[in-house]
Amino acid sequence: MASPYSEKVMDHFRNPRNVGEIANPDGIGKVGNPVCGDIMEMYIKVKDNVITDVKFKTFGCGAAIATSSMATELIKGKTIEEALNLTNKAVAEALDGLPPIKMHCSVLAEDAVKGAIDDYLKKTTGKGLPGWKPRNEEIHEHGH
Amino acid sequence: MKRIYLDYAATTPTHSDVFAAMEPYFGEKFGNPSSIHSFGRETRSAVEKAREQVAALISAKPEEIVFTSGGTESNNFALNGIAEINKTKGNHLITSRIEHPAVLEPCQHLEKQGFVVTYLPVDKDGLINSDDVKKAITDKTILVSIMMANNEIGVIEPIEEINRVIKDKLEKQGQKIYFHVDAVQAFGAIPIDVNKLGMDLLSCSGHKLYGPKGVGALYIRKGTRIAAFMRGGHQEKNRRASTENVPGLVGFGKACELALRELDSRVEHLTGLRDKLIKGLLDKIPETQLNGHPTRRLPNNVNVSVRYIEGESMLLNLDMEGIAASTGSACTSGTLDPSHVLLAIGLPHEIAHGSVRFTLGRLTTQEDIDHVLDVFPKIVEKLRAMSPLYKKGGK
Repeated sequence: MASPYSEKVMDHFRNPRNVGEIANPDGIGKVGNPVCGDIMEMYIKVKDNVITDVKFKTFGCGAAIATSSMATELIKGKTIEEALNLTNKAVAEALDGLPPIKMHCSVLAEDAVKGAIDDYLKKTTGKGLPGWKPRNEEIHEHGH
Repeated sequence: MKRIYLDYAATTPTHSDVFAAMEPYFGEKFGNPSSIHSFGRETRSAVEKAREQVAALISAKPEEIVFTSGGTESNNFALNGIAEINKTKGNHLITSRIEHPAVLEPCQHLEKQGFVVTYLPVDKDGLINSDDVKKAITDKTILVSIMMANNEIGVIEPIEEINRVIKDKLEKQGQKIYFHVDAVQAFGAIPIDVNKLGMDLLSCSGHKLYGPKGVGALYIRKGTRIAAFMRGGHQEKNRRASTENVPGLVGFGKACELALRELDSRVEHLTGLRDKLIKGLLDKIPETQLNGHPTRRLPNNVNVSVRYIEGESMLLNLDMEGIAASTGSACTSGTLDPSHVLLAIGLPHEIAHGSVRFTLGRLTTQEDIDHVLDVFPKIVEKLRAMSPLYKKGGK
């Protein structure tokens, strides 16, 4: 049966990696809103500048769940700097692509990672990611 | 894995008797119904028989049936045809916010041409109030277009009452307002009598009642002033030029004949299964609501919103279990907005995104419903465990 999604997307949708919450996270990223139909929360544990654990919870479509899952896999065990280099395109490519209408889900996943790191930096250094804010809202406005 | 099809509102499988009736018209019976020789006469009589079969299902006269390519065309034909020829009488149309896009988009197009359209609201169950129709009528109103049953939430609109309001206007003030009813979902699903209900125009489609795709009809009450939909031939009394889709029409006619014969038993079968599914879903899954009126709804329609999770992810999980359903979530529509129908009944966006529609059919069994009731709660549980909204909603 032809699906709008790749096998990789369906694999991550069927068996999402790192679902859940972390009890005392070092950072939490919350992006999206219920009006648009997608919400992601990402929790990270950081030790010696390395993301030692990451979990997510997502309200959303198949692509939203798969991109969250893939993003957690791509940043687990990585340094903060490496995780900050994760782009939405890289998440989509790691999933063997997404339908064009679903690309905003990968943006949400990237932003959830950045949001969690922003929160972590605020807690540890008192300053968040310079100039960063979630892009989701403006993308959805363009969509209308 | 056994596949369970619960998307009959999208389309239905062609009935085997329908297919059998159509088959000769792909082969030896190929004549053009407009030809005067025996080949043409053979297909002409087949088309006229189909017209009688379609008319009989809604108690219309055969000459009041104009064949089209389907429900969308019938709606476009009705709206554009009435607006064009009656524009000297007025430029105001009335419809509702929950119509199918095949009504809403032609209305929006007419607005660009200078027509004014009133989009009536509905209540929380999806019902249109006939008083609202009455209040919306102005001396410029030429057409009211209201669907008989909604394709998403199955609600059956008070067509007879709305017709009364419109006919009152004619009787008391001499103002003729045409009444069009999009009956694509209701046709063959519930009893329809055009004389009792009183509409001037009614749209229907073949593939929603076990007929073939690509055929439909517009019922046009005798005496209705309407412009032709297509020009270039004398077919359908010059109202819709084009060589007839003979096999399709034969199949459509047969499907109507079967629907007429089996209507009562289909309604009874489906209503039982529908109510079992609704009750089962609401009992087994906490924080789930039925969308649309609980009883004034199509016998085959179940539409629920499951809180804290999103429709497409439910559909994908159901599909993995072989169950075919549909959703009003944005994610499958190609836009980012959820269904206009669910928003019109007042659902907040997040609950509209969490809707699933199951539409049942003549081949649906008790076992199918049992299977859905077994599988679906587990899917909901799995997705809720993943949802950041669930913990906040609390149990």
